[in-house]
Amino acid sequence: MQMTRRDMFALAAGLAAVGLIQVPANASEDAVEAAIKKFAGGMPETGGVEIGAPEIAENGNTVPIEVAAAGATEIMILAAGNPSPGVGTFHFTKASAESRASTRIRLAGTQDIVAVAKMADGSTKMARREVKVTIGGCGG
Amino acid sequence: MANIKPRVKVPKKAKAGEAITIKTLISHPMESGQRKDRKTGKLIPRKIINKFVAKYNGTDVFWMDMEPAVAANPYVEFSVKLTESGTMRFEWTDDDGSVYDIEKKISVA
Repeated sequence: MQMTRRDMFALAAGLAAVGLIQVPANASEDAVEAAIKKFAGGMPETGGVEIGAPEIAENGNTVPIEVAAAGATEIMILAAGNPSPGVGTFHFTKASAESRASTRIRLAGTQDIVAVAKMADGSTKMARREVKVTIGGCGG
Repeated sequence: MANIKPRVKVPKKAKAGEAITIKTLISHPMESGQRKDRKTGKLIPRKIINKFVAKYNGTDVFWMDMEPAVAANPYVEFSVKLTESGTMRFEWTDDDGSVYDIEKKISVA
């Protein structure tokens, strides 16, 4: 049988579905909220943080993302649908030209990315953005 | 592990106070600790780079705490503004305590 492009996609989707079953329970919203509160000392206001990410990532193993928040000293990134939500935290200093940084992350499946920024004046802000993932990046 | 190689892209020259972009990449598997060995079915132990620091003339200018959700071969891009010539030193700290580093000189006019 000849594999068409469509068959390949169907197979990939099937494998992803099987993979998802094996992955331990995803980070619950409680874990995400706990991580945000621990970092920010409360629930931050929404807005003032930009998240640059592809709308659809074909490969969850390496998803490019960029975060920025004018005046932030730290920006924490969380992946709300990964087995554990933590991704990483950027720290900016007086030598930073702007509070903006990029990296590449793993996403287990379609989910929200959360970015929480700590400002120089002590206030905190956050943003959420959904990224659709075709093939998950954890386990397997 | 023999294949860990840091790579950075840093301009050789910059104007004082100008924003310069720095791109870094290090080859590293970032073993998340959540993957199973296909033969034995056992979890492969976690081994990631947990911290990345950029220092300029000895002062930390940017750093990142990393968790297992950072992709293999961690890539980090950030920007700085400099006021004097010097050396940018990049350090990646592994879970086993190893530190991988590289230095680049920047001349600021």
